[in-house]
Amino acid sequence: MSRPLPIAYAFDEEAAGFGAPQGTPGAPSAGAPLAWVALVAVALGVLSFAAQLAGAPHAGTWLGLLSGLPLAFAASAVYFWLGLQGTTPGIKHDGIFFGSMTARGTLAWFAGLGLTAFYVVLYWLPGAGAIANMQAGEGAPAQAKLWLLRWTSALFERAIGSLDPLALALSGKDADRWFLYGTLYTLAVLAFGVRMLMKYRHVRYQIVRTLSVMFFQLGFGFLIPQVLKAFRYPEYYFTYFWPLKYDYLFPSSVTGLWNTPGGVGVFMVVWGLVATFVATPVLTYFFGKRWYCSWVCGCGGLAETLGDPYRQLSSKSTRAWKVERWLIHSVLVFIVVTTAAVWLTRGTHSPLAAGLQKWYGFLIGAAFSGVIGVGFYPLMGSRVWCRFGCPMAAVLGVFQRCFSRFRITTNGGQCMSCGNCSTYCEMGIDVRAYAEKGENVVRASCVGCGVCAAVCPRGVLKLENGPTHADRFAGAENPVQTFLASLTQGPKVP
Amino acid sequence: MHVVIVGNGVAGFTAALRLRELDPACRITMISGESTYPYSRPALMYVFMGHMRYQETKPFEDRVWAEQRIELVRAWVTRIDTEGKRLELHEGQPLSYDKLLLATGSQPSLYGWPGQDLPGVQGLYSLMDLHALYQNVQGAKHAVIVGGGLIGIELAEMLHSQGVHVTFLVREDAYWSNVLPAEESAMVTRLIREAGIDLRLSSELAEIHAGPDGRAAAVTTKAGERIECQLVGLTAGVSPNTQLCQGTPIEAGRGILVDAHLQTKVPDVYAAGDCAEIVTEGEGKNLLQQVWYTGKLQGECVAKTLAGQATRYDAGLWYNSAKFLDLEYQTYGLVHAQPQAVETHGWWEHASGRLGLRVVAMDGAVTGFNAMGLRLRHRTCERWILERRSPGYVLEHLAEAGFDPEFTRRYEPEVVATLAAQLGVEATV
Repeated sequence: MSRPLPIAYAFDEEAAGFGAPQGTPGAPSAGAPLAWVALVAVALGVLSFAAQLAGAPHAGTWLGLLSGLPLAFAASAVYFWLGLQGTTPGIKHDGIFFGSMTARGTLAWFAGLGLTAFYVVLYWLPGAGAIANMQAGEGAPAQAKLWLLRWTSALFERAIGSLDPLALALSGKDADRWFLYGTLYTLAVLAFGVRMLMKYRHVRYQIVRTLSVMFFQLGFGFLIPQVLKAFRYPEYYFTYFWPLKYDYLFPSSVTGLWNTPGGVGVFMVVWGLVATFVATPVLTYFFGKRWYCSWVCGCGGLAETLGDPYRQLSSKSTRAWKVERWLIHSVLVFIVVTTAAVWLTRGTHSPLAAGLQKWYGFLIGAAFSGVIGVGFYPLMGSRVWCRFGCPMAAVLGVFQRCFSRFRITTNGGQCMSCGNCSTYCEMGIDVRAYAEKGENVVRASCVGCGVCAAVCPRGVLKLENGPTHADRFAGAENPVQTFLASLTQGPKVP
Repeated sequence: MHVVIVGNGVAGFTAALRLRELDPACRITMISGESTYPYSRPALMYVFMGHMRYQETKPFEDRVWAEQRIELVRAWVTRIDTEGKRLELHEGQPLSYDKLLLATGSQPSLYGWPGQDLPGVQGLYSLMDLHALYQNVQGAKHAVIVGGGLIGIELAEMLHSQGVHVTFLVREDAYWSNVLPAEESAMVTRLIREAGIDLRLSSELAEIHAGPDGRAAAVTTKAGERIECQLVGLTAGVSPNTQLCQGTPIEAGRGILVDAHLQTKVPDVYAAGDCAEIVTEGEGKNLLQQVWYTGKLQGECVAKTLAGQATRYDAGLWYNSAKFLDLEYQTYGLVHAQPQAVETHGWWEHASGRLGLRVVAMDGAVTGFNAMGLRLRHRTCERWILERRSPGYVLEHLAEAGFDPEFTRRYEPEVVATLAAQLGVEATV
């Protein structure tokens, strides 16, 4: 006979939660001794870079360059590799929700503030020349502000200058702030890509996909545009298209490229048009939006590497989903209207078009995609921009939802609703809600990263390109029919 | 009509939601002393290991219950008055019902071991157990887990992740040998040991000893070995919670006895999920199913009956899945741990010792699959078994049942050749 039920139990799991088990001897350290050597090398790289910011004489030399950021990132990659090597191939999420950095603790706030500050400086710090000419106004606050600007600018210029040898070698020009950004970005994708490769070494989809984003960032997101500059061609990014890279279809860019001697510019214009209007629908039909968002795109590349430790922070609430749909499609409308206005008013100096262009650039291009998109990684998860703001993701999403062979298949009745899939969905999709009903997941926002399938302990999820687009809705809602029905019958009551 | 559901586990909440779908008018109340909102029991381990927070284990947003007009009551039921159709609660006013569904779940089985009630000794089934584990793990360096099933390995993994050294006592001479055939069992055993968990086969608990502070401090095995520890996990299966039937006409055997409609002999009282023991007329053993999906199926089935569409419970073709540390396991159909005389077994194992596939055939038809480290498509395996497909057909179409992520290495030619030889059929891919 069973024991009496524990009526004395009065723990409030909602208010108190569970948190980290206390007082245990601590998880066994998996680090090899060599991992410590790697950590020391990371510290040396950071020190060397900091010394250059402080004006050390090796700044601006190859020695200075290599001993700085590249060393720190390369050593980080080695550290990740060695640290994870001692573990068995499998899911590595122990303590994710106990860690200060991965569970919105103090470290995460510092990291978020640091990243945000970097983006603010990157986008809006006036150039060194402009700052040198500034005059302090009356009073202590104005003087303090100018002092802060000068101090930040000095550090920033030294950081940029430390990369001069590399910029000269690649493009024949001195580094600028965007070269600094590109270098940091690429180093982060590569170093955290190595971490991803090791963390998910038991899932070949993750290995191939991670190698893909590393390849596209290094080649198409960094090296090729610089080398193009060396040959006096426009600095063109072949993996960014309108409407994400919105100015590529603005009249100024199009005419500028079109008039570039040698046919390269014409090729770039045609490439951009084909990518936006042909490749996007066709590739999305066959593979879903993942062909771009989690295999090629630089924003996706950073989210899938540097952002991986934060993927669990995305909100899965229905409210967030509603906000997502309104926001992302509004941004799409915004850029379509802006682009149309710029074209229709070209040559007329229309203040409306100029205003739209300026405000889109400020609000969406800089504040949303950069400051919030990456700056808030440690607080809101790694795909804030991709989920709520990216107009390219919006377009890809419409195709994926309505006309694509891609779906995530769920495996019959095997789901036991544990919630790992939803927790680790960086796009905030409640994957479990589909899995526990045995329905296919057909969602506009899914970037096809495949992590839900990787973390599922019961083998319930599989990303697939099916034989047709129509068979995806077996047992689920067909979005087109649902939409048409809602026009005549009103919205569906849950 | 007022339907009261006791227990908010998978059987209870599935019944509540499905009943609301079928009957928009009735009043539904769901009572639980364990948690305010339903959560996913299999996810308890992930809360402890930091993979998820408690709120991520809840399969539905909190607002769903109000939207679906399912009243949630946080209380323990202390007595059922079947005459007056009333429930007494440990706190608050008694609750009247028109129809009652008992979905009280189960609790860790105890076998009268000396010391089983000491502080520091626990099972792992409920939030209460998880809460106790947070207390018991404090300062623990060494834990002993007794019972080699699925909960045992989960608890071992949880404690191991916190750096607690685990000794895992299994009575049988192979891990989970009443379910897993020898090869699968050996694979799991090897991986458990590789992970650094001290798995001891043919070891039985004799007694748990208290230390000076009155807490569990050591165990002795039947072989006389003494193992010092600060925590003892008892995970030798689960037993249905039938306490509420005491002193009522509701009959209980191992579980709460119900017929094929999940109805007890007392009018308007039903039981579903872990706690229900389904009496099968003339078929021998009663049905006691204690896994997630059967709770869900029984919840759906009983909801129909409660809504006035009397429905017989059909368990369908058996399947299950589990994960042993990093090793996934899926099973479909009937795979006996001891191959029966009338069965033919084919077993393929990859050289790495981390992948394996078993196909069982009988009378020229495939009857079961075991997949280790491989994922199979549930509906495909189920269809093949129900259609009585021949081993030759199944092997030739094996790739269709693959459910591993894209780019996963495929071994079909090797698997098919190995299994075809053992099953004595011709198959080429």
